Amino acid sequence: MSEHLPALQVVVPLLGAVLAALVRRPGPAWLITVVVSFATPVIAAMLLVQVLDGGVISYHLGGWDPSVGIEYRVDVVNALVLLLVSSVAAVIAPFARLSVLSEVPDDRVAWFYSMYLISLAGLLGIAITGDAFNAFVFLEVSSLSSYALIAMGRDRRALVAAYQYLIMGTIGASFYVIGVGLIYTMTGTLNLGLIAERIGDVESTRPVLVALAFIVVGISLKLALFPLHVWLPNAYAYAPSVATVFLAATATKVAIYLFARFVFSVFGAGFVFADLPVTEILVVLSVAAIFGASTVAIFQSDVKRMFAYSSVGQVGYITLGLSLATVTGLTGGLVHLVNHAMIKAAIFMGLGAVFYRVGKIEFDDIAGVGRRMPITMSAVVIACLSLVGVPGTAGFVSKWYLIVAAIEVGWWWLGLLIVLSSMLTVIYVGRFFECVWFREPAGEVARAGEPPLEMLVPICILAAATVYFGIDTELTAGMAERAAVALLQGVR
Amino acid sequence: MRLDVILRVVTKFILPFMMVFALYVQFHGDYSAGGGFQAGVIAAATIILYALIYGLNAAKRIVSAALVEAMVPLGVLIFAGVGVVGWLTGLNYLDYSNLAYDQVHGQEWGVFLVEAGVFITVSSTMVAIFYAFAGRGRR
Repeated sequence: MSEHLPALQVVVPLLGAVLAALVRRPGPAWLITVVVSFATPVIAAMLLVQVLDGGVISYHLGGWDPSVGIEYRVDVVNALVLLLVSSVAAVIAPFARLSVLSEVPDDRVAWFYSMYLISLAGLLGIAITGDAFNAFVFLEVSSLSSYALIAMGRDRRALVAAYQYLIMGTIGASFYVIGVGLIYTMTGTLNLGLIAERIGDVESTRPVLVALAFIVVGISLKLALFPLHVWLPNAYAYAPSVATVFLAATATKVAIYLFARFVFSVFGAGFVFADLPVTEILVVLSVAAIFGASTVAIFQSDVKRMFAYSSVGQVGYITLGLSLATVTGLTGGLVHLVNHAMIKAAIFMGLGAVFYRVGKIEFDDIAGVGRRMPITMSAVVIACLSLVGVPGTAGFVSKWYLIVAAIEVGWWWLGLLIVLSSMLTVIYVGRFFECVWFREPAGEVARAGEPPLEMLVPICILAAATVYFGIDTELTAGMAERAAVALLQGVR
Repeated sequence: MRLDVILRVVTKFILPFMMVFALYVQFHGDYSAGGGFQAGVIAAATIILYALIYGLNAAKRIVSAALVEAMVPLGVLIFAGVGVVGWLTGLNYLDYSNLAYDQVHGQEWGVFLVEAGVFITVSSTMVAIFYAFAGRGRR
């Protein structure tokens, strides 16, 4: 069965989603979600081991040749992304039961899990496929289900947020497919590997330039690059807690992977970064994202919104690393992709636990919650310290790589900016600390206590992971470096 | 529409032809334009037309909301299930070649079953969307 692992990676969550929709009852639907969520990281880990042992895995769906059919192609880069996405899903699954029951109406709980698993299948599909159009289909699969997930949020603003995301996301996906169409007319294939082989002959033509522009802008909408991020804060703030955790940890990360795949493996770093001024554009936008979004985060009154803006800023660090197009920069970007996924999953999960106990998530409503839920809030604090980049945490590792990469290319001022931007993170995280630890609990908060173990344990696991991967960087930084080397080699 | 005799009678005449046409588009999709998606939309249109003329409740007596909501995932299950059968016959996912005695007939059977899955999901999804809109404000 091991030769079918690439297909299983996507088919298992897809079948799980279908079964969850068929049983229609909250309990069994959750059970299916748990089984699927625990199976996918096992598959991803086996794929990673296979890739490390024997190199790139190629799986031909339906037995068709890659030139006409769909090929699933796993190398170090997407094996890492697959493992990340599926592991996050596995940690979320036990947490989800009570949180979803308390936030989603009973008759929609099974649909929620169904949408959740479809979204998981879509994200894993984007990561694993080696076909440009198949990636579009999975992009839509994951996006459409995430619009539904967001719309199931607790208050009516969730509907507006989902609608806004739907419009922006559809524009992004349309841009992407226009770009893919142009590439297809110029190269006659949709297979990423074959495109990469053939695009060298036509890369100076206008359609290819236009295709690059459409694909970069389209995916940038999905990954919430700075001026295209406006859908993100509301979507994260008003979605059900579990959906926020999942989307914040995975959705933008997979879009970043797709971006890296196109820019480095398909178009080639030489074409995109040496011949065109993409580095300059991306660096400016990334720095604007880091400073702009972090500044806006300081002034939020809703805690989830604050950390949502923080996500926009953190995406800026990742794109900054990619835009340098060096091994160190790319390693920094990819490490931060993994680390930020863990950090934000821990933070939003902690906030989900607070919401489960208190029922609100505005600053004024959760004042002093740290005194009533010390373990949960300690875990969130650890994750926040990692967000700032305190030495000994995962966030430090990624920022270190980014600063070194900036200095390597001679842009010491960029390294300085990264350090300065951490100060902004200190301000908004500090405001959160002050609120939850140094104020007297009142109202609902005074009656709140620690959440049940099934919620507490996943939060603590993620918080522990942010510390562990700050000390042992073999899996994260080591893998990211191999992925960076693989991406920069490309085909050309 | 209760009193509009012409619409009610014509609808009753048209419905069987629409359903047969849906089946024609479904099964002739192998040889000409058509297939599960188009046929599913036509089949859903018969239910929607019936609901428009005879009312939502009459339509729900024929095709209940629970049935529709079960059919949506069922079609996907058939599609994915046919792919899994490809595994059981020793081939890759979605490879239908071993479903019958030779490769050509295997592929034909595979596409036939997959299209049936598409038909079920598309038609039920269309009806579900219609029910959702038509049922607004009733609860």
